[in-house]
Amino acid sequence: MSQPSISKSMTIGESGLAAVFAVTAFLCVIAAAKALDAPFAFHASLAAAASLASVFVILNNYFGRPAALPPQEINGRPNYNMGPIKFTAFMAVFWGIAGFLVGLIIASQLAWPALNFDLQWIQFGRLRPLHTSAVIFAFGGNVLIGTSLYVVQKSCRARLAGYLAPWFVVVGYNFFIVIAGTGYLLGVTQSKEYAEPEWYADLWLTIVWVAYLLVFLATVIKRKEPHIFVANWFYLAFIVTIAVLHLGNNPALPVSLFGSKSYIAWGGIQDAMFQWWYGHNAVGFFLTAGFLAIMYYFVPKRAERPVYSYRLSIVHFWALIFLYIWAGPHHLHYTALPDWTQTLGMTFSVMLWMPSWGGMINGLMTLSGAWDKLRTDPVLRMLVVSVAFYGMSTFEGPMMSIKVVNSLSHYTDWTIGHVHSGALGWVGFVSFGALYCLVPWVWNRKGLYSLKLVNWHFWIATLGIVLYISAMWVSGILQGLMWRAYTSLGFLEYSFIETVEAMHPFYIIRAAGGALFLIGSLIMAYNLWMTVRVGEAEVQAPVALQPAE
Amino acid sequence: MSFWTRHQVFEKNSIILVVGILLVIAIGGLVEITPLFYLKSTIEVVDGVRPYTPLELAGRNVYVREGCYLCHSQMIRPLRDEVERYGHFSLAAESMYDHPFQWGSKRTGPDLARVGAKYSDDWHVTHLTNPRAIVPQSVMPGYPFLAANEVDPDTIADHMRTLRMVGTPYTDDQIANAAADMKAQADPDNPGADAFAKRYAKAAVRNFDGKPGAPTEMDALIAYLQMLGTLVDFKLYNEKANLR
Amino acid sequence: MKAILSVHNLASDFVTTFWTPAFVAIFLAIVAYAFWPRNKAAFDEAARLPLREE
Repeated sequence: MSQPSISKSMTIGESGLAAVFAVTAFLCVIAAAKALDAPFAFHASLAAAASLASVFVILNNYFGRPAALPPQEINGRPNYNMGPIKFTAFMAVFWGIAGFLVGLIIASQLAWPALNFDLQWIQFGRLRPLHTSAVIFAFGGNVLIGTSLYVVQKSCRARLAGYLAPWFVVVGYNFFIVIAGTGYLLGVTQSKEYAEPEWYADLWLTIVWVAYLLVFLATVIKRKEPHIFVANWFYLAFIVTIAVLHLGNNPALPVSLFGSKSYIAWGGIQDAMFQWWYGHNAVGFFLTAGFLAIMYYFVPKRAERPVYSYRLSIVHFWALIFLYIWAGPHHLHYTALPDWTQTLGMTFSVMLWMPSWGGMINGLMTLSGAWDKLRTDPVLRMLVVSVAFYGMSTFEGPMMSIKVVNSLSHYTDWTIGHVHSGALGWVGFVSFGALYCLVPWVWNRKGLYSLKLVNWHFWIATLGIVLYISAMWVSGILQGLMWRAYTSLGFLEYSFIETVEAMHPFYIIRAAGGALFLIGSLIMAYNLWMTVRVGEAEVQAPVALQPAE
Repeated sequence: MSFWTRHQVFEKNSIILVVGILLVIAIGGLVEITPLFYLKSTIEVVDGVRPYTPLELAGRNVYVREGCYLCHSQMIRPLRDEVERYGHFSLAAESMYDHPFQWGSKRTGPDLARVGAKYSDDWHVTHLTNPRAIVPQSVMPGYPFLAANEVDPDTIADHMRTLRMVGTPYTDDQIANAAADMKAQADPDNPGADAFAKRYAKAAVRNFDGKPGAPTEMDALIAYLQMLGTLVDFKLYNEKANLR
Repeated sequence: MKAILSVHNLASDFVTTFWTPAFVAIFLAIVAYAFWPRNKAAFDEAARLPLREE
């Protein structure tokens, strides 16, 4: 197999990366030995092992590979790089199931607190960040990275830039997830919502994210297609903005270079503003812009129809990214944040409704002339319903950002319901739809193993979402009303604990909804697994098989 | 070439597209966030707010570690029912030394911004160990392990030094005596208790967990909870002076 | 440091004063560009981009 010829030599990437990982392994061993706390020692050891493994894999791959790197084109067609995409597709399904499962556990803990078992590692406060990070950053992140690396290649008609770089991005990102997730269980957290990972995980993510930006940009730059397709703008806005948000929200000073604890540079009100500038735009650019990119590529592709209005998509893009960045303060209504900031946040949140619905209409109308496909193609149905859920949550969101409504909804389950109509309905379904498209494409299969199972997944998950969000609407509004209820004598009518007790039935319904959603994802995992294992291979287009003339 | 084909610059040049995105997203942050750092009206002037004592800081770190903020807010809004249920609405100054802020976004449990001095230390010990022993309908997890974990007086000075670097005004005196102060606050018989009380105004010196021996995470967390919202004396607070 | 702060103040003063008209103008320009009749053909072509690949 391996026949090192004379002309074969290591690329700068191979030798450089191997050297860097060797040094990193050495430094991590020192850090593990000098660690001040057990979680830090564990993470340093993990990083040392991973670095050593990387050195081994890089060298092993070098000795096993042919002298020439994979060509950019074969017979005039781009030689697409699908390996890293397969990896993210697999990880996305894995983390998705893990994240939904942890969600079901914490939902059950709220219904039956005995399930906390008085154990610090699995009590609600530590599992909840594990759930949110697993579904948003692990599941959603892998879907976004995977689809973006696919779409950028296809729509630019160019092979992914870099030889090892794409692998560094996808594996490095998942290593970040492992560090962050195990950290939460061990009590390593900044306790900043959706930005819980501690300083060293944040540093690592920064490196990986810059590499991701470079791989994506370099692929765009060497494209064969003169026009940059709109999906790539959304991906680019997602990548660039997440980098800015991550850096803005996370500057922290570690107590020691050998300990996990750090203190965030911002304090009090400034920290609050940075946090929700980050938090809301993580919704805007991670959970919206990134997944809109998926919508703009996968819906036209699956429906076999062009984007309904490309002109609308241009307006949609600039209006969305401009307005979103202002909306953060609506998370801080009636707090100690100055009123002018709150008002600004509210105004922009309401305005945001327009580009959001512009995008929704653009996605839905792409089906014009192909509506009949909704009857026969459950994957397309999933994509379209996700866009409908997007429309619903982007109507609900601006409504909840109005101060009067927010005074009732804030601090209640209504927020949780709103988040999940977006997360399960929009992000979840558009991701499932994308995975159902992507897996047969990258593994070169004719189609999915079973469309019937997709249908089952669709209906079970939809039922789960309906149960989830209606339970949270009722419990949220009920609790908000109970908190402000007065007796005829002018006393508060309910003690706090009475409002907690009133939530119990809804927490059970919510857990049931989450269980259905989890079952749906297990069906998907089986279906995708079988597609890869036993699916019929797509017959290669004849061009690829013909020898060069 | 018509003027209107100029947008093609964005569609055909990825670097300019990136710069365009950066400019568009920078504007919101510039207008909304940066004024908070230099407008005097952002944080009102209030007497009484001080940095956390070493024991309270250790307790706050437990609070941060266990993710308490996911169910308990520390931000009372100026709404009639909240003020009647929890007390005076929260002031920006009251969390000015909070790194990170713990205002929270969800009230699965009640707000804690002014929970200090509302319940006895005993109540907290029982409640943290087994919430349903005191509040049968509670859905809060139990934290019995806090009583078994000792806090480390030797490293707390490093934490205070780090906090000073990010802006918390700890004095040299406070940092030099951090370890002794930590032990003193949880032990009324400690000879250093008086010196400690001079260093930190309104700090309570008690054996918070009711057990002899070195201070535990239970001591620390209760010391933190018992001071929350107690620093500002609202009988003396001049609301009109801080109208914004 | 002082120089940085004053540049920053200048930038943020400028931004706080002029962002509304500036961004309304930019927005209108983008809308006009997107819906300019002459550009229609190019956009219709771009909209088909995902369908043209092998």
